[in-house]
Amino acid sequence: MIRLKNLHKTYYMGSNQLHVLKGIDLHVQEGELVSVMGSSGSGKSTLLNVIGLLDTYDSGEYRLNNQPIQQMRETRAAQLRNRFFGFVFQSFNLIPFKNALENVALPLYYQKIGRKKRLRIAMEYLDKMGIREWADHLPAELSGGQQQRCAIARAMVTNPKVILADEPTGALDTDTSYEMMELLKNINKNGVTIIIVTHEHDISARTDRVIRLKDGAIENHQKP
Amino acid sequence: MLHFVDRFQEIYSTIQKNKLRTALTGFSVAWGIFMLILLLGSGTGIENGVKNEFRNLASNSIWVHPGQTSKPYKGLQPGRQIEFTNTDYDEIKMNIEGVEHITARYYLWNTNLITYKKEYGAFNIIAFHPDHKFLENTVLIEGRLINEFDVIRARKVATIGTLVKEQLFKDEPAVGKFITINGVPFKVIGIHYDEGREMHLRLIYLPVSTAQKVFGGGDRIHAYMFTIGNASVNQGRASEKSVRAKMALRHTFSPDDLKALRIFNTVERYQKFVNLFSGIRVFIWVIGIGTIIAGIVGISNIMLISVKERTREIGIRKSLGATPASIVTLILSESLFIMVVSGYIGLVAGVAVIELASAYLPKIDLFQHPEVDFRVAVGALALLVISGMIAGFVPAIRAAAILPVEALRDE
Repeated sequence: MIRLKNLHKTYYMGSNQLHVLKGIDLHVQEGELVSVMGSSGSGKSTLLNVIGLLDTYDSGEYRLNNQPIQQMRETRAAQLRNRFFGFVFQSFNLIPFKNALENVALPLYYQKIGRKKRLRIAMEYLDKMGIREWADHLPAELSGGQQQRCAIARAMVTNPKVILADEPTGALDTDTSYEMMELLKNINKNGVTIIIVTHEHDISARTDRVIRLKDGAIENHQKP
Repeated sequence: MLHFVDRFQEIYSTIQKNKLRTALTGFSVAWGIFMLILLLGSGTGIENGVKNEFRNLASNSIWVHPGQTSKPYKGLQPGRQIEFTNTDYDEIKMNIEGVEHITARYYLWNTNLITYKKEYGAFNIIAFHPDHKFLENTVLIEGRLINEFDVIRARKVATIGTLVKEQLFKDEPAVGKFITINGVPFKVIGIHYDEGREMHLRLIYLPVSTAQKVFGGGDRIHAYMFTIGNASVNQGRASEKSVRAKMALRHTFSPDDLKALRIFNTVERYQKFVNLFSGIRVFIWVIGIGTIIAGIVGISNIMLISVKERTREIGIRKSLGATPASIVTLILSESLFIMVVSGYIGLVAGVAVIELASAYLPKIDLFQHPEVDFRVAVGALALLVISGMIAGFVPAIRAAAILPVEALRDE
């Protein structure tokens, strides 16, 4: 599903340059549930962003579903993001002035699906995440767990091949974190590939494979 | 079409849920247009007021009265009284270039007893040609004014000033009735009023030919006066000079003898008023353009800030599959919608205030009939909206172009 070969990424900040990814080789198969671990600054978030086409890379090779992903126009990247990926963020990134239902329906708007249909589909996913009765609440009126459920529903609503989660439990308490992991595992069981960036061992322990990053390079792969 | 409706709903829901931003953008557009309309309107009001106030002074005319010679000429002694006849009037009418409207005048001053039934009074009389109305601000209240045929046939008809009518007729209708002037019956054909000078309300107007015949004037006239359109100062001076030359030749006096004719030429004063009017107009436009610029700056600022404020939202939308084009469209159509709606509100409010002022404001001499050229107003609104769009376009493009990861960066 996702294949990276000798991937490099450097950030330039004025005269300083930060070599974040130093030759990453990675293969994630379809249907895998993978976690990426590493201390902060190890490049794990950057790796996730590059995979999710939210960021670019400098050199190396990236194949998504056997398609080479190179420098491309933003419009094309946006379409791929919409079709292939669902994102779950640590800070949820729900749009504050839209209610839960509208937030979940938004990716479908960018697929040019009519309003009625997309609200119906969105409601289905809210239902699956168990927050149906919170549909007309604004994000600020939801608990952290509910917001993350809403975000997961939004990530799922387009039926993506891959879900990329950047510290999805970082802002949640332990019990809620475990609930979230159960949800993700269930989604994974239906064949969706999931990559989770985390620095919590008990979270990575619930995934199929742990990839350890250190200073922009993969240290090892291991079964938890 | 369906997609358009859908997009509009998306825009509308965003607008509705960001009330402060919407209100700020909307208010600045509405206020800008409102102020501009008020300015343009009151500018026109001042212009109309000044124009009306100086209407009688703002005509470009030359008034010629005969005088006394002050220099010996061709063996004639100074101190000779010059007298005009109908021929002088004809001469000027035919042979002076640029004459627009011309009338001769025959005065009957102080000696007239006017009666109607048992009422009587003493009033002054001016007899003239129909062009009189272009040299004074004669307003017809009732009936008709003296016309060409009245002069040609020397009809015994008269128009009377409003105060004459009051005194002689009280509440009775006057038009069609007969009055006697020094014992001679005249038919009242109209009642006149004069916005410029109150003196004219106490006057009786007659056809010049009738007055000459009935009251023993022969072919004598006391003065003539004519307008010269919008002639420049130089043209006005030239007309005056050729009048003097023609008269000097006809009445045998030195063309340098300034006392032989008393000429009153309004061309310089006229030019001053022309300049005053264009000055007012320039002033209004300078302020108007200033207002528009202030509006543009305000709207541009709000657009910049609002796009900045939305960076994170834009990042989220992009991560969900929004293309740069759809982001730019979203931001611009939102502001277009807000601007057009609020601009329209400002426009209507401005016009309403102007109309109310026009209808209910007590009449002030220097401020009359404020009004707005609708095309100018709509043009100004278009300018504001377009500049707002341009102001929003650059940051919107920039926001749409940045990588989602930049926009989503925490803190």
